[in-house]
Amino acid sequence: MHHRFITGIAAAILAVAIAPIAAAQSPTRSSTADEIARYRQMLADDNPAELWEARGAELWKKKAGPKNASLELCDLGKGPGMVRGAYAELPRYFSDTDRVMDLEQRLVTCRTTLQGLSPAEAVKTPFGSPGNPSAIEALVAYLAGQSRGMKMAATASHPAEKRAYEIGRQMFYFRGGSHGFACATCHSASAQRIRLQQLPNLLEKKDAQLTYATWPAYRVSQGEVRSMQHRLYDCYRQQRFPEPGYASDSLTALTMYLAKNAEGAVYDGPAMKR
Amino acid sequence: MTRNTSSCIAIGLAGSLLLAGCATVAVDADYRQAALSMMKNDFKSKGPVRAERVLQQDEVDRLCSDPDHAVTPDIAARLEAAQLATVVYPADGQYLGNWKAGEAIAQEGRGLQSSDAVGAVNGANCYACHQLTKEEISFGNLGPSLYHYGKLRGQSEAIVKYTWGKLYNAQAYHACTSMPRFGHNAILTLAQIRDVMALLFDPASSVNR
Repeated sequence: MHHRFITGIAAAILAVAIAPIAAAQSPTRSSTADEIARYRQMLADDNPAELWEARGAELWKKKAGPKNASLELCDLGKGPGMVRGAYAELPRYFSDTDRVMDLEQRLVTCRTTLQGLSPAEAVKTPFGSPGNPSAIEALVAYLAGQSRGMKMAATASHPAEKRAYEIGRQMFYFRGGSHGFACATCHSASAQRIRLQQLPNLLEKKDAQLTYATWPAYRVSQGEVRSMQHRLYDCYRQQRFPEPGYASDSLTALTMYLAKNAEGAVYDGPAMKR
Repeated sequence: MTRNTSSCIAIGLAGSLLLAGCATVAVDADYRQAALSMMKNDFKSKGPVRAERVLQQDEVDRLCSDPDHAVTPDIAARLEAAQLATVVYPADGQYLGNWKAGEAIAQEGRGLQSSDAVGAVNGANCYACHQLTKEEISFGNLGPSLYHYGKLRGQSEAIVKYTWGKLYNAQAYHACTSMPRFGHNAILTLAQIRDVMALLFDPASSVNR
């Protein structure tokens, strides 16, 4: 993978610059999809997300923070340092914090407890931008990649997980604001689209699985790997809602709802998306 | 919510068999309350979006947020009547503005997102959900096609008033519709609604050509 990935870099850098323009100019959805397919082919099935995964793997092992410690002893639910398959079972209940946590909340815990960062430092730059890369997005890409090929198994079986799921379900249907939109407005029926953008029906098992099991993802239009937190943050922005707090319990509850609906999917991320 | 819980207690006293069903209602209400307080804690005002305005739902949004779709036809009729009473019609009887300005409003998707500027002019983003013209092929399908809207319906007072009401407050006609309440929620000004009306009704407009 690494060789393929290295040879792909040059093409990737070029294509990253070209693809958003090509996508924007495409008059129909199918040709936008064609452009992304062509882009994939150019990369010989490589995905720029691999750059984030590689950077995340390094950050995971790198000693940092006031305690000059790595994250290698971070417990993502399967025991300290166990990263294989951990993402596929998140969000889950953690007894040490007595909370249901998603990957990004758990990273905050590990960066504060193991590395000694302050809570504010641990959530600094959650979303990268040109010239200001996010360590969190890189770590998320690496850790999610460690569940590739494994079955998504956020079971919502612990009472606290079940409660988070039910709260997330309420949030999914919660209408409000100037436009009266809820998540359900756009994501509870099949074959719907906004302009030409197809909308996944997150109440339909297959659609929910295909969608959830491919995040985090490299966004061609943004040139960044985006996490689930970013996906939901941006959904709420378009929904005309106020700004959800990064790594907040609300977003974890909603993620729990989506993860449970996608249970059984084979994880196939970080993927590449529009 | 309070009413649900208290009627549950009364039924519960009458027969223990019904207790299980009551418990579900009470628990759902708890989850709704828990979701609301969690969101109040986590969501912050930004740009033109006020958190308290979004999280303090009015009755129709609150009832239409029920995951189990509890809005019965009776409740819907009551909600629709209340929403219809909010519609403000043009005082001067002028329902139609400039269709070209209406087309621009229908195309424009900006406005009232947390990333938008405060006080900017909002678009209606009609094309996000509706087909309107033959020329614009980038349209969504959450709403019905409005192509030839006026050509097919004419310009009787009834259809003109109905359409104004639909743009002003769509929930007056279908309590839990997905269509935003453009006038009621001040997404568009009355002048902008007039322009969108002209797009729909003017025989010369891109919709009716």
